[in-house]
Amino acid sequence: MSRFLSELDVAARLGLLIVLGFLAAVFVGPFIIPYSEVEIVGSVFSPPSLDHWLGTDNVGRDLLARILAGGQMTVIISFLATCGAFAIGVPLGIVSAIMGGWFDLIVTRIVDALMAFPGLILALIMLSALGTSLPALLLVMSVLSSTIVFRLTRAVAADVAAMEYIEIARLRGENMRWFLFKEVLPNVVPTLLTEFGLRFVYAAILISSLSFLGIGVQPPHADLGGMVKENSLAITFGRMAPILPALALAILAIGINLVVDGLLKRNADLDLHK
Amino acid sequence: MSEPLLQMRGLRIETEVNPGKKHVKPVEILKGIDLTLHRSQVLGLIGESGAGKSTIGLAAMGYARRGLRLSGGEVWLDGEELRSASEEVLCQIRGKKVAYVAQSAAAAFNPAHRLLSQVLEVTNIHDHIDPAKAAKRAIELFDRMGLPNPEEFGTRYPHEVSGGQLQRAMTAMALAGEPDLLVFDEPTTALDVTTQIDVLAIIKEVIRDLGSAALYITHDLGVVAQVADRIKVLRHGQEVEEQETSALLANPREDYTRDLLNVRRASAQAEDADRDEMILSLDRIDAAYGKAQVLWDVSVALRRGTCLAIVGESGSGKSTLARVIMGLLPPSKGQITYQGKAISAALAGRSAASRKAVQMVYQLPDVAMNPRQTIGEIIGRPAQVFLGLSKSAAYTRAKKLLDMVDLPTDMITRFPNQLSGGQKQRVCIARALAAEPETVICDEVTSALDPLVAEGITELLLRLQRKLGVSYIFITHDMAMVRAIADDVVVMRNGRVVEQGPKDSIFDPPYADYTHLLISSTPEMRIGWLEQVLQERRMEAAGN
Repeated sequence: MSRFLSELDVAARLGLLIVLGFLAAVFVGPFIIPYSEVEIVGSVFSPPSLDHWLGTDNVGRDLLARILAGGQMTVIISFLATCGAFAIGVPLGIVSAIMGGWFDLIVTRIVDALMAFPGLILALIMLSALGTSLPALLLVMSVLSSTIVFRLTRAVAADVAAMEYIEIARLRGENMRWFLFKEVLPNVVPTLLTEFGLRFVYAAILISSLSFLGIGVQPPHADLGGMVKENSLAITFGRMAPILPALALAILAIGINLVVDGLLKRNADLDLHK
Repeated sequence: MSEPLLQMRGLRIETEVNPGKKHVKPVEILKGIDLTLHRSQVLGLIGESGAGKSTIGLAAMGYARRGLRLSGGEVWLDGEELRSASEEVLCQIRGKKVAYVAQSAAAAFNPAHRLLSQVLEVTNIHDHIDPAKAAKRAIELFDRMGLPNPEEFGTRYPHEVSGGQLQRAMTAMALAGEPDLLVFDEPTTALDVTTQIDVLAIIKEVIRDLGSAALYITHDLGVVAQVADRIKVLRHGQEVEEQETSALLANPREDYTRDLLNVRRASAQAEDADRDEMILSLDRIDAAYGKAQVLWDVSVALRRGTCLAIVGESGSGKSTLARVIMGLLPPSKGQITYQGKAISAALAGRSAASRKAVQMVYQLPDVAMNPRQTIGEIIGRPAQVFLGLSKSAAYTRAKKLLDMVDLPTDMITRFPNQLSGGQKQRVCIARALAAEPETVICDEVTSALDPLVAEGITELLLRLQRKLGVSYIFITHDMAMVRAIADDVVVMRNGRVVEQGPKDSIFDPPYADYTHLLISSTPEMRIGWLEQVLQERRMEAAGN
């Protein structure tokens, strides 16, 4: 672990600190804080005080409690959606690269078609058809994000597929499972891990955007995007309430990006010294 | 004697280490090299890969590859010390005083620009030669290099000319700045023997006529003997010895040099009894990649327990033929017969037994082994698939096979990148044997290896043949190797068989024209070989 840390640059270590701090706050914080995120504890849009460090929101709930609970919701949904995207995109990408031919053609064209629509608009259409339940939300986000995962995996796996050890495995008559898990996946994992971080950030932004538009996480549950919307009126009173959840999202995104950049740099260095 | 042009004193180069990482120690690449080169002299640098030849060549320009640094000693070029010189000074020197000719011309040219503009880049940057004059000189150089249509040649793009022409264009590029010192880093290694001889002749002529000094880096003693005045032998970043070329060839002082000189080829054993039985035969094969036909009417046959060599230059279709045999490229016409039975042309239609019977060893072991699998997994898998062994039984078999190819059995848990090139190729051979095949196809298995390592691999293959009775198909461009190990020979050119038969009939005069060209183009380790061959060719040309 210390070896791993020493291979990361200062920015990446800072990013790691931010991400770990954020995760600790949203998963442990709600147990420590004396208020629940749904409980009305004071007047509307009250300024920060000793009792309510960040003040209260549009119906008088503690803002800090809501940001912590909302952050947790955003992290969980983004994580599940990203896992879903990889579960769809990675196997399809590898199989496309190995098989080529009609399979590759069909999958690639479907992905092209999906990517031709702006993501948010496609999400709006699909969600209005499926309804805004949590499983529907996860499904839509996974499918949308999987297109990019598919493209990346296919590109990286195509490099691997051109290697002679793949040809040798083909000559042995191996099945697709062997190609997938034994020949290709171990070689593309480093690239995919960093991509996982990036996709996670985009998923967090997507779910926040959807919630802001009112078709994401439904009240009374808190999530960062929904909170920006709920509290948007406070801007006219010069209060910070809508800015703070957005800031929390930004901090998470910056932290992850710093880590991912550091990892990419480290991978590039490793390649150099091979 | 006059002041030397290039002098290195105790030059040390080591890997660059991040000072933050205390557990990484720098590795020394060059361990104190002394080198002196006078004007109009050619010094050959020779040694196996990893000896530090190219690193010395680059250090002559005050440059170290990314990740390396010049850590000690001095490099003097024409009165200037390069190790302590600033980047500006070095930029002034590079291209103008010293120029570099790399191994792969295809990688050294930018595919998006025309050749002439790239050749003239150096004079444009340094602005030390009038542009019009430089352009005129470049065309002269093209002419000197024997390039077709010198006036028009520079207007072409790199992909529009052949590999040999590109290598000559790169030499012209190096000469355009009229440097005092030329560094040739394996300039002919990537070329076919028949092309190599032309490029070699031109390089030699140009060096002599312009009177420039040169460092000539190669791993082939036969090549360096033709061009160098003196030869320095290197190993593991240290000098083994340096002598005049003729003295070194006649009286090497060190054992290592002697080994290099005596790369005697292993030779095949006497005839066996059942060798007239045909094990594999291809009958009138045509094959194409898409619309481009690469094989025309090829018929070859392999006798059981023998070694069939398929020789030819790159583009002759010899590797395609291997792909046809393996079923990777179904032929458009013709029939493949294995042990008297016709087998399916496509891989999908073949039975496990026929896939098991023919195994293949590739040229580059690096891309033939999955870097994320251990040696045990790599060798054991074919045994699991073809022999139906359990995982632990396959593991035991892998150990036995490692022993058979002279590798330590504890290597079984290692990964490919922890092995040397020769060890990797041995693992690939072990993997091919794991399936207990009857026939092994070896596609240029030694051409990426150093001469001494290659000899070891060849000996291993021959020993395994005697022990296991496998039949080989050797695909190679190396006539010396063919002469040493083949029983039957097929000579291919442009996708057709131009000559085939038992080795003796191929190598005994009278030769077929193309076979003669191939045989006579293989460099020999003696001074004057190049001139002699060129002389003979001129006489033949005059006679016709």
